[in-house]
Amino acid sequence: MIDTSLFINAFALISLVYAYHHDRERTKEALIKAANSFIHIMPTILAIIVFIGLLLGFIPPARISMLIGEQSGINGVMMVAVIGSFLHVPALISFPLTASLLDAGATVTIAAVFITTLTMVGMVTLPLEIREMGRKMALLRNGISFCIAIMIALVMGMIL
Amino acid sequence: MKQENENQKVRIPFDVIALLVLLVLTFALLSAYPEKRDPVTAVFASYLLEMMLILPAVMVIMGLFSVFVSDKAVVKHLGQSSGMRGFFTALFFGSLPTGPLYVAFPMASAMLSKGARISNIVVFLSAWACIKMPQELVELQFLGPEFMVARLILTIIFVGLMGIIIEWVMCRATEKVSEEKSSTEH
Repeated sequence: MIDTSLFINAFALISLVYAYHHDRERTKEALIKAANSFIHIMPTILAIIVFIGLLLGFIPPARISMLIGEQSGINGVMMVAVIGSFLHVPALISFPLTASLLDAGATVTIAAVFITTLTMVGMVTLPLEIREMGRKMALLRNGISFCIAIMIALVMGMIL
Repeated sequence: MKQENENQKVRIPFDVIALLVLLVLTFALLSAYPEKRDPVTAVFASYLLEMMLILPAVMVIMGLFSVFVSDKAVVKHLGQSSGMRGFFTALFFGSLPTGPLYVAFPMASAMLSKGARISNIVVFLSAWACIKMPQELVELQFLGPEFMVARLILTIIFVGLMGIIIEWVMCRATEKVSEEKSSTEH
């Protein structure tokens, strides 16, 4: 875990130094943007982390694993796929959320289907997508994404 | 980008309200069940630490890319390439660390109207949605390298297939429409 964050921070630092050499003004602009997005996303991040704390602290692991663990089978996968399609959270948040499901005893399949539907299928943004891309293409993309999310998850469950 | 800012402005109050409600709820629950205090705070602290170790860096990377790589450059590159090169260009530009998915829809529709291939646009949108670079970094942090790599490779394969399928369906539909049109004209 520490290695990963070291790598990410090193990468950010190198990009930053390179960008600063290249164009100081735009680098400043980028940093201001970064600070803004950081502040904007903080309330959501904190809320999700508090929620994860409650989830793991209060709901007994046996209950969670009944819903989304080995015993839940294909019904559990379908249920999580539908939840993931309707939830609308910033993509970055979906990973700690998914990690908490795994900590609580969810299967890899469930974790994968949750991430993929959460990010690729957007029922909340569907009206916008229909307006921009047309009804047919938007429905096709979301429908097929839902199906491939399940396929990706099933394969991941088999290999991991 | 302006649209994104406006959207964020609208969203802040809701975020803050949700956070406050959760905090009140947490406070109430923890007062009622003092024995849960330690496990809940431990989980909270460990997730918060993991997030804070990487979030500033992820934000810097996203900020740099959104300033240095313009939408216009993406539209230009993606509109031109085709075949396998088109697939990988779409994958590459889709996974660059910029903005949420609803920012990509207008770009995608602009590229479509300029004649980009439907399959490439589908790949672009899907890559944007679920294998963006900053997301992959957070995934690496929270879910580990095996999970990340497996999901990445599977997603690329399936998204490629989806692009081909959607293009096939859409093209068949337009052919049918134009056939009907030409038959009514005759």
